[in-house]
This record gives sequence, structure tokens and C-alpha cells, in this order.
Amino acid sequence: MRRRGGTLWNWLLSAPALLVLVLAASGPLVIVLVYSFLSPGNMGGVAWEPSTDAWFRLFFKRDIFDPEVVTWNEAHLVVFWRSVSLSLQTTAICAILGFPTAWFIATRAPHRRALWLFLITIPFWTNLLVRTFAIQELIRNTGTINSLLLRLGVIGEPIQMMYTDFAVLVGMAYVFLPLMVLPLYAAMDKLDMRLVEAGYDLYGGRLQVLRHVIFPLVKPGFVAGSILVFIPAIGAYVTPRVLGGGRTMMLGNLIELQFGQGRNWPLGSAMAMLLLIVVVAALVLYLRWANAEPEQRNG
Amino acid sequence: MKTTLALLSGALMATAGAAQAQEVLNIYNWGNYTSPELIEKFTEETGIEVTITDYDSNDTALARIRQGGHGFDIVVPSNTYVQTFVEEGLIQPLDPEIVTDRGNISPQWQDVAFDPGREYTVPWAWGTTGLIVNSSVYDGDPNDAGLIFDPPEELAGGINVIPEMVDVMSIAVYYAGGEDRCTTDTELLRKVRDMLMEAKPDWLALDYGTIDAYAQGDLEAGIYWNGATMRARLENPDLVYGYPRTGYPVWMDNVAVLSDAQNPENAMQFVNFILQPENAALISEFARYANGVEGSAEFMDEEMRNAPEIVVPEDLVSAGRFSEPCSQDVTDIHTQIWTELLQ
Repeated sequence: MRRRGGTLWNWLLSAPALLVLVLAASGPLVIVLVYSFLSPGNMGGVAWEPSTDAWFRLFFKRDIFDPEVVTWNEAHLVVFWRSVSLSLQTTAICAILGFPTAWFIATRAPHRRALWLFLITIPFWTNLLVRTFAIQELIRNTGTINSLLLRLGVIGEPIQMMYTDFAVLVGMAYVFLPLMVLPLYAAMDKLDMRLVEAGYDLYGGRLQVLRHVIFPLVKPGFVAGSILVFIPAIGAYVTPRVLGGGRTMMLGNLIELQFGQGRNWPLGSAMAMLLLIVVVAALVLYLRWANAEPEQRNG
Repeated sequence: MKTTLALLSGALMATAGAAQAQEVLNIYNWGNYTSPELIEKFTEETGIEVTITDYDSNDTALARIRQGGHGFDIVVPSNTYVQTFVEEGLIQPLDPEIVTDRGNISPQWQDVAFDPGREYTVPWAWGTTGLIVNSSVYDGDPNDAGLIFDPPEELAGGINVIPEMVDVMSIAVYYAGGEDRCTTDTELLRKVRDMLMEAKPDWLALDYGTIDAYAQGDLEAGIYWNGATMRARLENPDLVYGYPRTGYPVWMDNVAVLSDAQNPENAMQFVNFILQPENAALISEFARYANGVEGSAEFMDEEMRNAPEIVVPEDLVSAGRFSEPCSQDVTDIHTQIWTELLQ
């Protein structure tokens, strides 16, 4: 398995791809980092006057009515926390729904699996915005679900689903579910069913087999799926905006505000950098936790 | 890097050059705002093929134009942004040889503060930001911003406020007694913040509130644009438009030719084309906003000419305010209040 890389030839072959990755990934990041230490320009953009004001404003605020008073900028922290919390919930929902789905696909006859996988990817054919508006059509007050329930007499008046956290969660779970199912399926596909049988042979109950045999074996799929769901979820912009009704901001909306009507690009850049730092830190911690041996974790 | 860029722009120019042979015009305008009929007519008369690219905010448009290399010939900034475009040299003076009919502009829009003498721009459309109310839910006076900031029981919970910080803050500042929307009066700003914070629990959403949502009754009242309200009213006659008597923003979007336009002459031709009343009428018929060209009303349908959303009632005209952009300090305060409101 382990191969010693680094021969000149290998490097040459990978150089173009590496170059693109390094330039395309780090170039814009450096710009954002630099912007976060500049001053806001006239009507958007930046002025080339170094300043740490953006980073100060990110965490603290001067009282509008008394500039001497400096307090924590709770509003930013609240928005940050809401994004993290909604993304965690989305990840959990995707995991709970994705596991049985992936298991179902992985246990079909091999020639059938391709069809099921294909079905999972169908939503990707349609633009995200269109799908989000489709959900809106379903859950709004005069939408499909409410009209149906009203007509059936199940409810007396429409249930307010639009413009709630519930709507945002439904939308995000729907959008990101395939990103959880696919890696889970990949892990289950490789699962040796004889191990499951062995578990039963050793008098393991269904739950025990699930917990001690299947979960540990498909864990890499969970880890990959969680990362794929959590990271885009935390920066989600369209779904919260359309379904959440904009009563509360998510991080993506807060950052957009600074580049749009707030016209404070340095502050927006600092927010984007902080988001990046938080995501990378969370990722490192998560991977360390996920890769740790079970003994280490318990002890 | 530099060579790559040079190669790329070379390739772009080559395509642009090839296209120029068949006379083109690239318009950069707000989404869902350019009448297809108008464009068809222009192409028929001049043989110039038109491409339209959408933007969703002045800030987006400004940022993209500043970067250069956009390939657009025409942009349509709002009044508050025109001066920035001029000061930064992003748009060029109109060519009097081609744009000969500036005299067609309505007298009230001839000599405007943001473009004295109409040297750089001509009107595209203008409108107001006011209130939309479903009169079957609430049939009181619609010309009262209190419907949003201190809502009556009937409307509470059915209100939508457009997520346009500048418009909402303006209407709120006026309602709280401010004359200048960029006021630095901290007592007044405190009042505005408290008022907004108190009102928010009664708001259902801060959304662009699709026309359908109002027409079908999902939303009952809100801060909205006049033209959009008219479109909604045509679907549901219960909807009425209100002009807050304490003050409301008036805006105008203006057509300008970019300094780095690739087809400046075609662009100038287009500018003069829309100054013809029968053509300006097409803009209004599509977007449902007034256009600022004298005599264009004659070419519009009855519905448009007498629409209560377009014709401002005598006694409420003076409450309309045409505003300049606020300084960064004031914008920062507005952003802070807005962020607190939406936290």
C-alpha cells in the first residue's frame, strides 16, 4: 500500500494540477486576508490604508450612542452560532436519513445498485435555486401540503412552515442528503457481509451487530459524509434566504451584507477568514477524533 | 500570470472583434427589467444585436464594472450611484451628435442633482418604495409607515419587509421624525433601533416577497416597490399601495454608457432610442414603473396611465425624498442596527 512518492517524474506529472490548486486556492485567500487588514473604500471596495478595525469590529462593537463603551459584538456571535448549530442539525438529519438509504442501496443486487445511485444524483441536474423554490411551493401557506391537509380536514388553518427554522432544515437536509448518501454507500459497498453474518453467528443481536460491526466499518463513510455536508451547510446562502424568510441571518447572509449594502469589504473579509479558521479547526479536531483508536477515546 | 492574462484578454478581444462585424450591444441591467419588445424593436430598426446581462444590486454592478474586462456597453445605476460612476470615470459623457433628444426628458427630470444637465445619463425608470397592504385584511389608511413599525392587530404576523437595509432604514428614520435619512442624531437613531426591535416580532419575514405571495394572501402587508405592487394588484385587486406620509424614498434608475464600452456608438444610439416616447412606454409597460420621458404616457394602456401606484397623490408628493448615499460612518451604524435586528 505505502509507496514512496517524490520521484521527479511523479512531481512533473502532478505539477500542473498542483499549480492550479495552489494558485486557485491560495491566491484568493491571500487577497481576502489582505483586504481584512485594510479600510473600507468609498462605495464598496477597499482603500489601501492598513487598519485592524475590521477585526476589532468582528468581535467588539462600540456603542452607537456612546462610542466610549465597547462591548462584545453579540450579534455577530449569535449569527455565527446559529449557522454552526443549524449546520450540525443538518448533518445529523442527513446522517439519520442517509444511513438506511445507503444501506438499502448497498444491499440490492449489484446490477440494481447503479440505478438507485443514479436516482440519488437526479436532484443535481436541477439548479439549487429552482429546487429551493420547489420546496417553497410545497410548504407555503397556500402550498401543496397545506391545501391538501386543509381539504382532507386534518387541519383547520394552514400550518406556518415557510419562514421558520424548520423550513431551513428541510431545505438544507434535502439539498445535502446525497452528499451523505454517496460516501456512506461507498463505505458499505466494501463492507464484507460475512462479518455481519459472523456477528449473528456469535449471538449478537441486531443492535449489537449494528453498533459493534457495521458502524465501525462504515465510519470512514460517515466521516467523509459529515464533512461534505457540514462545510457547505455552514456557508449556505440561498436556502436560508429563500426558505428562512430572512428574519434571522446566517453567516453567509451576514458576510454578503458587508460586501453589499453595508459596503464594508474589510469586515466581510475578516468574517470570511474567521469562518475559514473555524471550519479548518473543527475539521482538524473532528478528523483527529475520528481517526483515534477506540481505546484512546474511551481512556 | 501576466502572459496568461494577456493571452486570455487577447482571445476575448478576438471574439469581440469578430462579433463587432455584425453590430452588437451589450446591456448590463437589473434582472427582469428590460422589455423584450423594446429590444426587438431596437434590433429591427438598427440591425444591432443586443445581449442582456442581469444584476441584482447596484453594489454588484459597481464592483463588476470597477474590475474592468466586463465587455458591457451600457449600465443602469440608481440615482445614488450615478455620481460614483462619474467620479471614478466609469461612464462617459453622452455624445450630443447621436443623443439628440435629451429634450424629451420630462422637465422634473431634466436637471437632476446627481447628473446636472443630464450630461451622462438619461432616465430608464423611476419609482417609489412604499407600503403594500391587503385591504381585505386591513382597510384603514395605507399611507402610514406605522402599519409596519407599530402594526395594527389585523396585520401583525403577516408583514413582510424587503431586506433592503437602505430603504427600510430610510422609511424608519423618516417615521421616527428624521428629516435626513443619513442623520447622525444619536437620540433619533436609538429611537429607530428600539422601534425596529419592537416591531420585528410582528414581522413574518424579511424577504423579497414574491408578487405571488402577496397576491395569494401568504403575506398581508409590507414594505414594497410601487411597480411590484402594481403587478401584484393586477393579480389581486384587494392589494393597495401606500405612500408613507412621514416620508418615503424616491429613486430613479438611469441609463449610462460605460467608458470602456466596446460599442460606444451603438450604445449612444440605444440611449437616444429610449428617449422616444413610444419606446420609453415599452419600458414602463413591461416593468410597471414610470419612465421620465415626456409624452410616453400616450403610448401606454389606460391601466398604466391611471395606476394609483404610478401617479402619486397630490398631497403625498412632497413626502417623497430623493436621497444621496450616506457616509461610511453612517452606513456602519445602519449596518450595526440592521445586524442587531436580524441576529
